[in-house]
Amino acid sequence: MRSSITIVGASLSGIRAAETLRAEGFKGKIKLFGEEERTPYDRPPLSKNFLDGEMPFERLSLISEEKILELEIELALGSKATNLDVESQTLEIEGIKESYDGLIIATGARARKLPNSDKIQGVHTLRSIDDSIRIREAFKSGKSKVVIVGAGFIGCEVASTASNLGLEVTVLETQHVPLCHVLGEKVGTIISDLHTTNGVELNCGVKVQEIQGGDHVEGVLLTDGTLIEADLVIVGIGAVPNTEWLENSGLTIDDGVCCDETCLAAPNIVAAGDVARWYHVGYGKSIRLEHWDNAAEQGKYSAQRLLHDEANNPPYAPVPWFWSDQFDRKIQLAGISSPEDEFEVVVDSPQEGRFTGIYGNEGKLRAVIGINRPRHVMQFKSLIEKGSSWKEALEFASGIE
Amino acid sequence: MRVVVDFDLCESNAICMQIAPDIFEVRDDDFLYVLEETPSEDRRSSLEESVQRCPKQAISIEE
Repeated sequence: MRSSITIVGASLSGIRAAETLRAEGFKGKIKLFGEEERTPYDRPPLSKNFLDGEMPFERLSLISEEKILELEIELALGSKATNLDVESQTLEIEGIKESYDGLIIATGARARKLPNSDKIQGVHTLRSIDDSIRIREAFKSGKSKVVIVGAGFIGCEVASTASNLGLEVTVLETQHVPLCHVLGEKVGTIISDLHTTNGVELNCGVKVQEIQGGDHVEGVLLTDGTLIEADLVIVGIGAVPNTEWLENSGLTIDDGVCCDETCLAAPNIVAAGDVARWYHVGYGKSIRLEHWDNAAEQGKYSAQRLLHDEANNPPYAPVPWFWSDQFDRKIQLAGISSPEDEFEVVVDSPQEGRFTGIYGNEGKLRAVIGINRPRHVMQFKSLIEKGSSWKEALEFASGIE
Repeated sequence: MRVVVDFDLCESNAICMQIAPDIFEVRDDDFLYVLEETPSEDRRSSLEESVQRCPKQAISIEE
């Protein structure tokens, strides 16, 4: 019987793991270490309605202080893990050695940065609440030319928020259509149209050479020699899992902490959330997700896995799901889509501003996308979970009014 | 127990509908409807899962 479980990472996965340990009846010590000084908070609004100032800070809280006391979670903020030794079951937090009986790794990911842009004022990435506050203040400072590097989901959401605030927004993207490596060209074009009709200047198929400026940013130089003037640059070029502290741990690290199909990284160690790469039996490969729903669910699962160390633990094999809010559209995707998939709009049409589309390959339904169509996304998500064929999905679609 | 939805927070992500379709329904108008406000005790675990997985934390249970 373990007397203490340590969770490293006090964001969504870590909090859900702690709550689950208690819900499952674990009576020992729970130590929860978070690198940030802020009390645990939720991140999705940071690019949406917290960024535009609509949502108050209090609404971001992931867990109340009363709940932390009630669950007897020993929460230590501003405490960065710097080392792990699997053999001796010892962690190093801020240079202080800590032993554990069970460990949940939930250190998340951080925003990838452009090289040599750190010292230039007015260049931001968006991951933390402080990032979001800084960008919001810059939005309100009268600096109107906003350049966003990267038309991924974060870039598109920030573009939408900035544009709604009346700022002049240019988005730079290396692919010829935004998000086409995930959603394919048809859906990528629909999202691209959404932005351009709302006044966003979308500049695709371009590469950034460097950010220019002295103390303050002046512009973004492209590899073709074009200079895009900017008062403010937000870089949204993906995230990097926080695994540096595990380099000498003995764990396998390869774009995340590598885990088996039950999120186990080593005996007594599980990983969850953006930092975890695990073998998904449904897809027959290892994957790493950066979705809110996965962070929550994997946090819960990993805590259960640690407590019930049995031979026949059910694998963690969810159908991934995420959403993105851009302008007045709610975009939701369930499953894993690929640009090579067959794609068909099955309900309504992109011209109407709302539709449901499905992705498939090898005769199987693989993913569903909905724009302002949450009901259908969930219906098709259930079909994906059942392993439905492409034909069954089309039949189901034909029965939708 | 009683299901309480804060409709100011709800954004109709419909996750709850997938978990507990007998309690929650997001209809064609994109709004969430609570089909069963006082579900029986055997629905508690599904309801708790809906509370946890709601991305807007808009659902709560009143005893």
